[in-house]
Amino acid sequence: MSHTHESTGIKSWLTTVDHKRIGIMYGASAFLFFLIGGCEALLIRWQLHAPDQTFLTPEMYNQLFTMHGTSMIFLGIMPMSAMFFNYLIPLQIGARDVAFPRLNAFSFWTFLLGGLLLNASFLFNAAPNAGWFGYANLTSKQYSPGLNTDFWVAGLQILGIASLAAAVNFTVTILNMRAKGMGMLRLPVFSWMSLITQILLLLSFPIITVALVFLMYDRFFGTGFFVPSAGGDPILWQHLFWLFGHPEVYILILPAFGIISEILPVFSRKPLFGYTAMVFSGCFIAFLGFGVWSHHMFAVGMGPVADTVFSLMTMLIAVPTGVKVFNWIGTVWGGNLQMKTPMYFALGFIAMFIIGGLSGVMHSVAPADLQQTDTYFVVAHFHYVMFGGSIFSLVAGAYFWWPKMFGRLLDETLGKLHFWLMMVGFNLTFFPMHMLGLHGMPRRVYTYADGLGFNGGNLAATIGAFMIASSFLVFIINIIKTWHAPANAPADPWNGATLEWSIPSPPQHFNFAVEPVVTARDAWWHAKRALGGKAPEPKQYPEDAVHMPNPSWWPMVVSIGIIIFFIGLIIGVKLPVVLLGGATVLVGIYRWAFEPAFS
Amino acid sequence: MNVLKSAMRRPMRLARLALPALLLVALASCTGDSATYPQSTLIPKGDFAEMVDKLFMTTFWWALGVFILVEGVLIYAIWKFRGKPGDAEPTQTHGNTTLEIVWTIIPAAILAFIAVPTVRTIWRTSEDPGRGALVVEVIGHQWWFEFRYPEYGIITANELRVPTGRKVDLRLTTKDVIHSFWVPQFAGKRDMIARHTNHFWFTAADTGVYSGQCAEFCGTQHGRMGFHVVSSDSADFGAWVWQQQHPVADTTFAKDSLYQAGKTAFMAAGCIGCHAMAGQPTANLADMVGPNLSHVGARHHLVAGMLTNTEAELARWLRDPNAVKEGSLMKLPRPLTEGEITALVHYLRSHR
Repeated sequence: MSHTHESTGIKSWLTTVDHKRIGIMYGASAFLFFLIGGCEALLIRWQLHAPDQTFLTPEMYNQLFTMHGTSMIFLGIMPMSAMFFNYLIPLQIGARDVAFPRLNAFSFWTFLLGGLLLNASFLFNAAPNAGWFGYANLTSKQYSPGLNTDFWVAGLQILGIASLAAAVNFTVTILNMRAKGMGMLRLPVFSWMSLITQILLLLSFPIITVALVFLMYDRFFGTGFFVPSAGGDPILWQHLFWLFGHPEVYILILPAFGIISEILPVFSRKPLFGYTAMVFSGCFIAFLGFGVWSHHMFAVGMGPVADTVFSLMTMLIAVPTGVKVFNWIGTVWGGNLQMKTPMYFALGFIAMFIIGGLSGVMHSVAPADLQQTDTYFVVAHFHYVMFGGSIFSLVAGAYFWWPKMFGRLLDETLGKLHFWLMMVGFNLTFFPMHMLGLHGMPRRVYTYADGLGFNGGNLAATIGAFMIASSFLVFIINIIKTWHAPANAPADPWNGATLEWSIPSPPQHFNFAVEPVVTARDAWWHAKRALGGKAPEPKQYPEDAVHMPNPSWWPMVVSIGIIIFFIGLIIGVKLPVVLLGGATVLVGIYRWAFEPAFS
Repeated sequence: MNVLKSAMRRPMRLARLALPALLLVALASCTGDSATYPQSTLIPKGDFAEMVDKLFMTTFWWALGVFILVEGVLIYAIWKFRGKPGDAEPTQTHGNTTLEIVWTIIPAAILAFIAVPTVRTIWRTSEDPGRGALVVEVIGHQWWFEFRYPEYGIITANELRVPTGRKVDLRLTTKDVIHSFWVPQFAGKRDMIARHTNHFWFTAADTGVYSGQCAEFCGTQHGRMGFHVVSSDSADFGAWVWQQQHPVADTTFAKDSLYQAGKTAFMAAGCIGCHAMAGQPTANLADMVGPNLSHVGARHHLVAGMLTNTEAELARWLRDPNAVKEGSLMKLPRPLTEGEITALVHYLRSHR
């Protein structure tokens, strides 16, 4: 009976608590926000293609670069990773759903509505304009009197709630819902890196929440946490922000490491080289990630002791990161490389991430960073990590798991065209930025003067940006083209190593007919090898025996309540609206608590 | 599609060509001269910037070596182990502890070669500039720089004059939001933060005009918040100091009616509300909202390094500041007449 609520129609999506459907909705929303963030980047690049342009006003430019950064981080890369967490973690660990399915739906709706609220600011010509890092005291009421920063504070708070709820959910899921026999050192590396990411989220998001609450009080109720004239200190914001902000960088890259560590073994036809080294280097990177925040602040003038400590700590991160790169190469070494599209993007990831890592080491050299910080050299560096790293990896993952999610293989020719356009476009955009920065071009400038030697590099970057855009156009064409073709993906199109490949593509709503028992790492490879390379017979599923949770409206109601609450704050602390939001949240939680999870 | 497919089949050949090409471009654009790259960190003109540059180049060569080696091994592996149809399953290796130890220790050792000079340079650049240094107080404003010389009692804006060969001891702060002081050819950046006084120093090695820019996002016109450093030998610098200490006397222009009209307009049109100016009641006021305009005629640039100091540019600015620099905080109480603009241009430019 319980399996019958798997249905179609809009209502089934709005009330779903199925981790696979929520994952798909995460992916679709994140891709949409990613395209918006990409368009913002194109407008920025058009403005900068030549000196002294007036295509954008300074105010519009500031809104666009702020929203580009904020969107790509919180609405693009993070939720795209969340798509993979949602879709894959239960499948990889042999579970039927996440630990708290309705909390999962709540995370998604809160993220989506928060993202829409943040972007709605454009309709009022009041998009955030103080940078994704929102440095005090520029964000104070005195210097940012408009709604811009209110939208930003509210949006980030809402997205933080979504991320924290999801982090609790996935931490519990991974720790408690692994299949029988799947010890922690048999956990697929993607799930491992996801677990580390969730712990980073749990520890770092409360810090930004505190900072944002301070800022909210400064702006809405006239406190002075960051207001110098009231005895506050703008430096406090920087410490709080980067204490969150640096772990955040690893929140963006660790899932990417996980994806690459799944793809390379499958297409090299041999296991991941140095599994334990990979797991522990991931843990070590995350641990160090909390001890390096002030390397974003060398220009603040913290003194030689702090500069020395943060320089050395930052350099140290290169060691576990290097271990990862060498182990990936070790995985490829001696393999039998199947050059499919996911493998192209995965190898491209390694090649690009090395560049981002090396320029990172250059930043750790504090005196040299005094020249590099806040220049295009930094813009180049973090795009090599965030785009050359995270985006390459997420795209690799999209091509890799697309057949599992939708039962269709994406077109290989279009996929490789996508890769080459993106690879060339990416390097054309971001490589010249290293030189621009070293030659003295600061970041976050809406234009630059002629005669400073910035013209050539900027023109190249603009051409490259449009190439990147065209590569994603090819991706979209690929999706549309294969969507209309008949479903062609077998359960295990790539000879996969992990449990998600043991079930049909796309999986039934209950995932596993019989909960799997794991006896080795790379469980599915192990099972196939035991039968001489043949897949075991699919298990017969006793449908009535599988109890899946009921769909529910209440998670979404709670999310809507939260949005109403923050809208009430943004429009000038309108108490009735704030209270309405609070009441909606309470009613939603109450009904949620007393609603039977299973029928 | 077929052409495409065949091109796709030999991607590694493309990659093998592309990587060295990229490197060459990188190296080629590292060499450059001050005329092409007047704001470059790679063409240091002072002791601080030279130390930083040397350190950067040490790191760069290590990084380049690692880059070539690792990318080389990666590309070789991709080429060497490319699969062919019908290949047998490769040997299933799971790892190698010796290798893990080796590739943990080697990067750590390389880092030590970078860490030692890094720490040494951190401490050297943090040294106290000492007694003989020229103290300059730098105050950030949205969106311009104010420079004060307590030793000489001089206040000026957007153009920092320094003598060559003498350490400049900067004391940095801000009147409003955080800004960052940056003259790439002399030194790195140091932030200017309210209620903090930050320290920084550099010594100019050569005479010349060097360009600098605010390097911390500070609002609408962050992009146009520039300034210049003019370094001259000690005799020329001394002359400049003398000139700054002796404002142009109005009596010199007693018979110049245009000058007199400008002087009147300065007060009548409201300029005086924000600007200190020699010969005006604001002459000795230190905390005005706008830049100090005494001796403005002697500056190379106007409007935070944005415009060259010519009659035409000054007139353009006075006609509509917001059209030249959108969002500028210079608000005219009322539009100026063309006659007032001409008079003001003459008046301001006479103050050399």
